[in-house]
Amino acid sequence: MGILSPSVSITRYKVEGKLSGNISETISKKLKEHTIQEIDQTVTEKAIGWTSTLQPFIPDFEQSSFIVGPYAIFSLRVDQKRVPAKAVQKYVTLETAKKLAENGRKFLSRDEKRILKDHVMGVLYRQTPSSPAIYDIVWSYEEEWLWFFSSLKSANETLESHFLESFGLTLVRLFPYTYAMLSSGLNDEQKDILGNLTPEGFLE
Amino acid sequence: MLDVSVAYERYKFLGYEFLTWLWFMMENDFEGLSKLYEELSSFEMGNRLVLENRHTGAVEVVTIKGDDAGLEEAQLALKKGAMVSEINLSFNIGEQKWRYTIKGESLNISTMKVPETGPMETEDDMEGGILEKIYLYEKGIELMEKLYNGFIKTRISPDWKNKVLPNIRKWMDA
Repeated sequence: MGILSPSVSITRYKVEGKLSGNISETISKKLKEHTIQEIDQTVTEKAIGWTSTLQPFIPDFEQSSFIVGPYAIFSLRVDQKRVPAKAVQKYVTLETAKKLAENGRKFLSRDEKRILKDHVMGVLYRQTPSSPAIYDIVWSYEEEWLWFFSSLKSANETLESHFLESFGLTLVRLFPYTYAMLSSGLNDEQKDILGNLTPEGFLE
Repeated sequence: MLDVSVAYERYKFLGYEFLTWLWFMMENDFEGLSKLYEELSSFEMGNRLVLENRHTGAVEVVTIKGDDAGLEEAQLALKKGAMVSEINLSFNIGEQKWRYTIKGESLNISTMKVPETGPMETEDDMEGGILEKIYLYEKGIELMEKLYNGFIKTRISPDWKNKVLPNIRKWMDA
Protein backbone atom coordinates (compact mmCIF):
# COMPACT_ATOMS: atom_id res chain seq x y z
CA MET A 1 0.00 0.00 0.00
CA GLY A 2 1.62 3.21 -1.15
CA ILE A 3 1.36 6.82 -0.19
CA LEU A 4 -1.37 7.51 -2.77
CA SER A 5 -3.44 4.39 -2.02
CA PRO A 6 -6.98 4.83 -0.72
CA SER A 7 -6.02 2.95 2.46
CA VAL A 8 -2.56 2.92 4.05
CA SER A 9 -0.61 1.36 6.92
CA ILE A 10 2.12 3.42 8.53
CA THR A 11 4.98 2.53 10.85
CA ARG A 12 6.50 5.63 12.46
CA TYR A 13 10.20 6.12 13.15
CA LYS A 14 12.43 8.68 14.77
CA VAL A 15 15.64 9.25 12.81
CA GLU A 16 18.69 9.43 15.06
CA GLY A 17 21.83 11.17 13.85
CA LYS A 18 22.59 14.00 11.44
CA LEU A 19 23.55 14.11 7.78
CA SER A 20 26.53 16.26 6.90
CA GLY A 21 26.73 18.92 4.17
CA ASN A 22 23.84 19.94 1.94
CA ILE A 23 21.05 17.60 3.09
CA SER A 24 19.20 17.10 -0.21
CA GLU A 25 22.48 16.56 -2.11
CA THR A 26 23.65 14.06 0.51
CA ILE A 27 20.36 12.15 0.39
CA SER A 28 20.44 12.13 -3.42
CA LYS A 29 24.03 10.79 -3.42
CA LYS A 30 23.21 8.03 -0.91
CA LEU A 31 20.02 7.05 -2.74
CA LYS A 32 21.98 6.75 -6.00
CA GLU A 33 24.71 4.69 -4.35
CA HIS A 34 22.12 2.28 -2.91
CA THR A 35 19.61 2.19 -5.78
CA ILE A 36 18.01 -1.20 -6.51
CA GLN A 37 19.97 -3.27 -9.03
CA GLU A 38 18.11 -5.41 -11.56
CA ILE A 39 18.64 -9.14 -10.99
CA ASP A 40 16.57 -10.66 -13.82
CA GLN A 41 18.64 -13.00 -16.05
CA THR A 42 21.26 -13.24 -13.31
CA VAL A 43 21.90 -15.95 -10.73
CA THR A 44 21.13 -13.55 -7.84
CA GLU A 45 18.14 -14.55 -5.72
CA LYS A 46 17.31 -11.27 -3.97
CA ALA A 47 18.02 -7.54 -4.30
CA ILE A 48 17.28 -4.70 -1.89
CA GLY A 49 17.56 -1.02 -2.79
CA TRP A 50 15.95 2.40 -3.08
CA THR A 51 13.76 3.39 -5.97
CA SER A 52 11.62 6.33 -7.10
CA THR A 53 8.10 6.32 -5.67
CA LEU A 54 6.34 7.44 -8.84
CA GLN A 55 8.49 5.35 -11.20
CA PRO A 56 9.52 2.33 -9.14
CA PHE A 57 10.74 0.32 -12.16
CA ILE A 58 12.84 3.14 -13.58
CA PRO A 59 14.68 4.42 -10.51
CA ASP A 60 16.24 7.77 -11.21
CA PHE A 61 17.25 10.09 -8.43
CA GLU A 62 18.93 12.43 -10.93
CA GLN A 63 15.84 13.34 -12.92
CA SER A 64 12.88 12.62 -10.74
CA SER A 65 12.24 15.01 -7.93
CA PHE A 66 12.26 13.06 -4.69
CA ILE A 67 12.26 16.20 -2.57
CA VAL A 68 8.68 17.37 -2.13
CA GLY A 69 8.36 20.38 0.16
CA PRO A 70 10.24 19.58 3.38
CA TYR A 71 10.12 15.82 2.73
CA ALA A 72 12.23 13.25 0.92
CA ILE A 73 9.90 10.79 -0.75
CA PHE A 74 11.26 7.55 -2.12
CA SER A 75 10.62 3.82 -1.85
CA LEU A 76 12.28 0.66 -0.67
CA ARG A 77 12.17 -2.07 -3.31
CA VAL A 78 12.83 -5.72 -2.54
CA ASP A 79 13.10 -7.99 -5.58
CA GLN A 80 12.92 -11.67 -4.78
CA LYS A 81 12.97 -14.78 -6.98
CA ARG A 82 10.99 -17.76 -5.80
CA VAL A 83 11.75 -21.13 -7.37
CA PRO A 84 9.22 -23.83 -6.43
CA ALA A 85 10.79 -26.54 -4.25
CA LYS A 86 9.40 -29.25 -6.53
CA ALA A 87 11.13 -27.69 -9.55
CA VAL A 88 14.44 -27.73 -7.63
CA GLN A 89 13.87 -31.36 -6.65
CA LYS A 90 13.10 -32.32 -10.28
CA TYR A 91 16.20 -30.70 -11.78
CA VAL A 92 18.51 -31.91 -8.99
CA THR A 93 17.26 -35.48 -9.62
CA LEU A 94 17.75 -35.16 -13.40
CA GLU A 95 21.22 -33.60 -13.08
CA THR A 96 22.28 -36.23 -10.51
CA ALA A 97 21.18 -39.06 -12.82
CA LYS A 98 23.05 -37.45 -15.73
CA LYS A 99 26.26 -37.05 -13.73
CA LEU A 100 26.13 -40.62 -12.39
CA ALA A 101 25.59 -41.98 -15.91
CA GLU A 102 28.53 -39.94 -17.25
CA ASN A 103 30.88 -41.24 -14.56
CA GLY A 104 29.50 -44.78 -14.27
CA ARG A 105 29.09 -44.35 -10.50
CA LYS A 106 26.25 -45.14 -8.10
CA PHE A 107 26.62 -42.26 -5.61
CA LEU A 108 27.79 -38.66 -5.45
CA SER A 109 29.87 -37.34 -2.55
CA ARG A 110 28.40 -34.73 -0.22
CA ASP A 111 30.51 -31.99 -1.87
CA GLU A 112 29.46 -33.09 -5.36
CA LYS A 113 25.78 -32.97 -4.31
CA ARG A 114 26.24 -29.47 -2.91
CA ILE A 115 28.02 -28.21 -6.06
CA LEU A 116 25.35 -29.80 -8.27
CA LYS A 117 22.52 -28.21 -6.26
CA ASP A 118 24.22 -24.77 -6.39
CA HIS A 119 24.55 -25.17 -10.16
CA VAL A 120 20.86 -26.13 -10.52
CA MET A 121 19.78 -23.19 -8.33
CA GLY A 122 21.92 -20.84 -10.43
CA VAL A 123 20.32 -22.05 -13.67
CA LEU A 124 16.81 -21.80 -12.20
CA TYR A 125 17.41 -18.34 -10.70
CA ARG A 126 18.69 -17.10 -14.07
CA GLN A 127 15.44 -18.30 -15.72
CA THR A 128 13.08 -17.02 -12.99
CA PRO A 129 11.89 -13.39 -13.05
CA SER A 130 12.02 -11.55 -9.74
CA SER A 131 8.91 -10.37 -8.00
CA PRO A 132 9.13 -6.79 -6.68
CA ALA A 133 7.69 -5.51 -3.39
CA ILE A 134 7.60 -1.72 -3.07
CA TYR A 135 7.18 0.21 0.18
CA ASP A 136 6.89 4.00 0.15
CA ILE A 137 8.75 6.28 2.54
CA VAL A 138 8.22 9.86 3.71
CA TRP A 139 11.23 11.31 5.50
CA SER A 140 10.98 14.67 7.23
CA TYR A 141 14.73 15.24 7.48
CA GLU A 142 14.33 18.55 9.32
CA GLU A 143 11.96 17.19 11.96
CA GLU A 144 13.87 13.87 12.07
CA TRP A 145 10.96 11.49 11.61
CA LEU A 146 10.16 8.95 8.94
CA TRP A 147 7.01 7.08 7.91
CA PHE A 148 7.24 3.67 6.34
CA PHE A 149 4.12 2.56 4.50
CA SER A 150 4.02 -1.01 5.75
CA SER A 151 3.64 -2.75 9.05
CA LEU A 152 5.14 -6.05 7.81
CA LYS A 153 7.82 -7.11 10.28
CA SER A 154 10.24 -8.37 7.61
CA ALA A 155 9.85 -5.19 5.50
CA ASN A 156 10.45 -2.98 8.54
CA GLU A 157 13.58 -4.93 9.47
CA THR A 158 14.87 -4.63 5.90
CA LEU A 159 14.21 -0.88 5.96
CA GLU A 160 16.04 -0.41 9.27
CA SER A 161 19.17 -2.22 8.12
CA HIS A 162 19.24 -0.75 4.59
CA PHE A 163 18.67 2.78 5.91
CA LEU A 164 21.54 2.44 8.38
CA GLU A 165 23.80 1.01 5.66
CA SER A 166 22.87 3.78 3.20
CA PHE A 167 22.76 6.89 5.38
CA GLY A 168 24.62 5.87 8.55
CA LEU A 169 21.52 6.93 10.54
CA THR A 170 19.56 4.79 12.99
CA LEU A 171 15.81 4.41 12.75
CA VAL A 172 14.06 3.98 16.09
CA ARG A 173 10.60 2.49 15.74
CA LEU A 174 8.00 4.47 17.69
CA PHE A 175 5.98 2.05 19.83
CA PRO A 176 4.45 2.70 23.28
CA TYR A 177 7.73 2.89 25.20
CA THR A 178 9.96 4.65 22.63
CA TYR A 179 7.26 7.17 21.73
CA ALA A 180 6.72 8.03 25.41
CA MET A 181 10.45 8.34 26.04
CA LEU A 182 11.47 10.20 22.87
CA SER A 183 8.51 12.20 21.65
CA SER A 184 5.94 12.86 24.34
CA GLY A 185 7.79 15.68 26.09
CA LEU A 186 8.23 13.96 29.48
CA ASN A 187 10.84 15.38 31.85
CA ASP A 188 13.48 13.16 33.50
CA GLU A 189 11.41 12.59 36.62
CA GLN A 190 8.38 11.56 34.56
CA LYS A 191 10.57 9.25 32.47
CA ASP A 192 11.78 7.55 35.66
CA ILE A 193 8.18 6.99 36.79
CA LEU A 194 7.31 5.62 33.36
CA GLY A 195 10.30 3.26 33.40
CA ASN A 196 9.07 1.77 36.70
CA LEU A 197 5.49 1.16 35.59
CA THR A 198 4.15 -2.37 35.58
CA PRO A 199 0.95 -3.67 33.97
CA GLU A 200 -2.13 -2.40 35.78
CA GLY A 201 -4.85 -4.95 36.38
CA PHE A 202 -8.07 -3.17 35.54
CA LEU A 203 -9.94 -5.78 37.57
CA GLU A 204 -10.35 -5.04 41.27
CA MET B 1 17.11 4.04 27.19
CA LEU B 2 16.49 0.31 27.19
CA ASP B 3 17.35 -1.97 24.28
CA VAL B 4 14.54 -1.51 21.76
CA SER B 5 13.44 -5.15 21.46
CA VAL B 6 13.44 -5.60 25.28
CA ALA B 7 11.48 -2.34 25.68
CA TYR B 8 8.95 -3.43 23.03
CA GLU B 9 8.08 -6.58 24.94
CA ARG B 10 8.28 -5.15 28.47
CA TYR B 11 6.13 -2.10 27.85
CA LYS B 12 3.61 -3.27 25.26
CA PHE B 13 1.08 -3.33 28.12
CA LEU B 14 1.07 0.50 27.86
CA GLY B 15 -0.46 0.17 24.40
CA TYR B 16 -3.19 -2.20 25.63
CA GLU B 17 -3.94 0.08 28.59
CA PHE B 18 -4.03 3.11 26.26
CA LEU B 19 -6.61 1.54 23.94
CA THR B 20 -8.74 0.30 26.87
CA TRP B 21 -8.63 3.79 28.42
CA LEU B 22 -9.53 5.23 25.00
CA TRP B 23 -12.67 3.07 24.79
CA PHE B 24 -13.61 4.18 28.32
CA MET B 25 -13.04 7.84 27.44
CA MET B 26 -15.03 7.50 24.22
CA GLU B 27 -18.04 6.24 26.13
CA ASN B 28 -17.74 8.44 29.21
CA ASP B 29 -15.73 11.60 28.61
CA PHE B 30 -15.73 12.94 25.05
CA GLU B 31 -15.07 16.38 26.54
CA GLY B 32 -11.85 15.06 28.09
CA LEU B 33 -10.78 13.72 24.70
CA SER B 34 -11.60 16.94 22.90
CA LYS B 35 -9.48 18.84 25.44
CA LEU B 36 -6.54 16.75 24.22
CA TYR B 37 -7.33 17.56 20.59
CA GLU B 38 -9.45 20.67 20.27
CA GLU B 39 -10.26 20.29 16.56
CA LEU B 40 -11.98 16.96 17.23
CA SER B 41 -15.69 17.17 16.38
CA SER B 42 -16.66 13.49 16.64
CA PHE B 43 -14.91 10.35 17.79
CA GLU B 44 -16.36 6.87 17.76
CA MET B 45 -15.62 3.20 17.56
CA GLY B 46 -15.26 1.96 13.98
CA ASN B 47 -15.88 -1.54 12.71
CA ARG B 48 -13.31 -3.61 14.60
CA LEU B 49 -12.37 -4.16 18.23
CA VAL B 50 -9.98 -6.86 19.41
CA LEU B 51 -9.44 -7.77 23.07
CA GLU B 52 -6.85 -10.11 24.54
CA ASN B 53 -6.92 -11.78 27.92
CA ARG B 54 -3.51 -12.91 29.16
CA HIS B 55 -4.57 -13.54 32.76
CA THR B 56 -5.23 -17.22 32.26
CA GLY B 57 -1.74 -18.08 31.03
CA ALA B 58 -2.87 -18.75 27.46
CA VAL B 59 -3.95 -15.79 25.31
CA GLU B 60 -7.71 -15.59 24.70
CA VAL B 61 -8.71 -13.30 21.83
CA VAL B 62 -12.16 -11.79 21.31
CA THR B 63 -12.77 -10.02 17.98
CA ILE B 64 -15.82 -7.86 17.31
CA LYS B 65 -16.34 -6.97 13.64
CA GLY B 66 -18.94 -5.07 11.65
CA ASP B 67 -20.26 -1.52 11.48
CA ASP B 68 -23.17 -2.03 13.86
CA ALA B 69 -21.75 -4.87 15.94
CA GLY B 70 -22.86 -4.98 19.57
CA LEU B 71 -20.16 -4.61 22.19
CA GLU B 72 -21.72 -6.84 24.88
CA GLU B 73 -19.21 -9.62 24.28
CA ALA B 74 -16.33 -7.15 24.44
CA GLN B 75 -17.65 -5.73 27.74
CA LEU B 76 -17.93 -9.23 29.13
CA ALA B 77 -14.33 -9.93 28.09
CA LEU B 78 -13.25 -6.72 29.89
CA LYS B 79 -14.93 -7.94 33.07
CA LYS B 80 -12.93 -11.14 32.82
CA GLY B 81 -9.67 -9.18 32.63
CA ALA B 82 -9.17 -8.71 28.88
CA MET B 83 -7.61 -5.53 27.49
CA VAL B 84 -8.09 -3.88 24.10
CA SER B 85 -5.29 -4.89 21.72
CA GLU B 86 -6.63 -3.34 18.52
CA ILE B 87 -9.28 -0.72 17.81
CA ASN B 88 -10.75 0.78 14.66
CA LEU B 89 -11.66 4.44 15.07
CA SER B 90 -13.76 6.84 13.07
CA PHE B 91 -13.48 10.54 13.76
CA ASN B 92 -14.11 13.96 12.31
CA ILE B 93 -11.84 16.94 12.43
CA GLY B 94 -14.08 19.83 11.45
CA GLU B 95 -16.26 18.30 8.76
CA GLN B 96 -13.66 15.93 7.37
CA LYS B 97 -13.64 12.25 8.24
CA TRP B 98 -10.75 9.91 9.08
CA ARG B 99 -10.80 6.21 9.85
CA TYR B 100 -8.01 3.88 10.96
CA THR B 101 -7.01 0.98 13.16
CA ILE B 102 -4.45 1.28 15.98
CA LYS B 103 -2.59 -1.79 17.17
CA GLY B 104 -1.84 -1.43 20.89
CA GLU B 105 1.50 -3.18 21.22
CA SER B 106 3.14 -1.25 18.35
CA LEU B 107 0.95 1.87 18.00
CA ASN B 108 1.06 1.09 14.27
CA ILE B 109 -1.72 2.61 12.22
CA SER B 110 -3.33 0.47 9.54
CA THR B 111 -6.19 0.77 7.03
CA MET B 112 -6.02 4.55 7.37
CA LYS B 113 -8.55 6.33 5.17
CA VAL B 114 -8.34 10.10 4.96
CA PRO B 115 -10.61 12.69 3.31
CA GLU B 116 -10.45 12.70 -0.48
CA THR B 117 -7.89 14.85 -2.23
CA GLY B 118 -8.21 16.58 -5.61
CA PRO B 119 -7.39 14.86 -8.93
CA MET B 120 -3.71 14.58 -9.91
CA GLU B 121 -3.21 14.99 -13.66
CA THR B 122 -0.07 17.07 -14.10
CA GLU B 123 3.33 16.91 -12.37
CA ASP B 124 2.41 20.02 -10.32
CA ASP B 125 -0.89 18.38 -9.32
CA MET B 126 1.10 15.34 -8.24
CA GLU B 127 3.41 17.32 -5.98
CA GLY B 128 0.48 19.22 -4.47
CA GLY B 129 -1.52 16.01 -4.14
CA ILE B 130 1.31 14.24 -2.30
CA LEU B 131 1.72 17.19 0.08
CA GLU B 132 -2.03 17.21 0.72
CA LYS B 133 -2.00 13.46 1.44
CA ILE B 134 0.93 13.88 3.85
CA TYR B 135 -0.92 16.69 5.62
CA LEU B 136 -4.01 14.49 6.03
CA TYR B 137 -1.97 11.52 7.29
CA GLU B 138 -0.20 13.87 9.68
CA LYS B 139 -3.51 15.10 11.10
CA GLY B 140 -4.64 11.53 11.75
CA ILE B 141 -1.32 10.58 13.36
CA GLU B 142 -1.21 13.81 15.37
CA LEU B 143 -4.57 12.93 16.92
CA MET B 144 -3.33 9.51 18.05
CA GLU B 145 -0.12 11.03 19.42
CA LYS B 146 -1.95 13.72 21.39
CA LEU B 147 -4.36 11.17 22.85
CA TYR B 148 -1.43 8.89 23.76
CA ASN B 149 0.43 11.81 25.36
CA GLY B 150 -2.70 12.56 27.38
CA PHE B 151 -2.94 8.94 28.47
CA ILE B 152 0.74 8.68 29.43
CA LYS B 153 0.63 11.86 31.50
CA THR B 154 -2.45 10.59 33.33
CA ARG B 155 -0.94 7.11 33.74
CA ILE B 156 2.16 8.42 35.54
CA SER B 157 0.21 10.87 37.71
CA PRO B 158 -1.43 10.16 41.11
CA ASP B 159 -4.78 10.80 39.36
CA TRP B 160 -4.50 7.41 37.69
CA LYS B 161 -4.88 5.39 40.89
CA ASN B 162 -7.07 7.91 42.71
CA LYS B 163 -9.56 8.86 40.01
CA VAL B 164 -9.18 7.27 36.59
CA LEU B 165 -8.79 3.62 37.53
CA PRO B 166 -11.76 3.62 39.96
CA ASN B 167 -13.90 5.24 37.24
CA ILE B 168 -12.79 2.66 34.65
CA ARG B 169 -13.63 -0.12 37.13
CA LYS B 170 -17.07 1.40 37.78
CA TRP B 171 -17.70 1.54 34.02
CA MET B 172 -16.56 -2.05 33.59
CA ASP B 173 -18.92 -3.21 36.33
CA ALA B 174 -21.93 -1.27 35.07
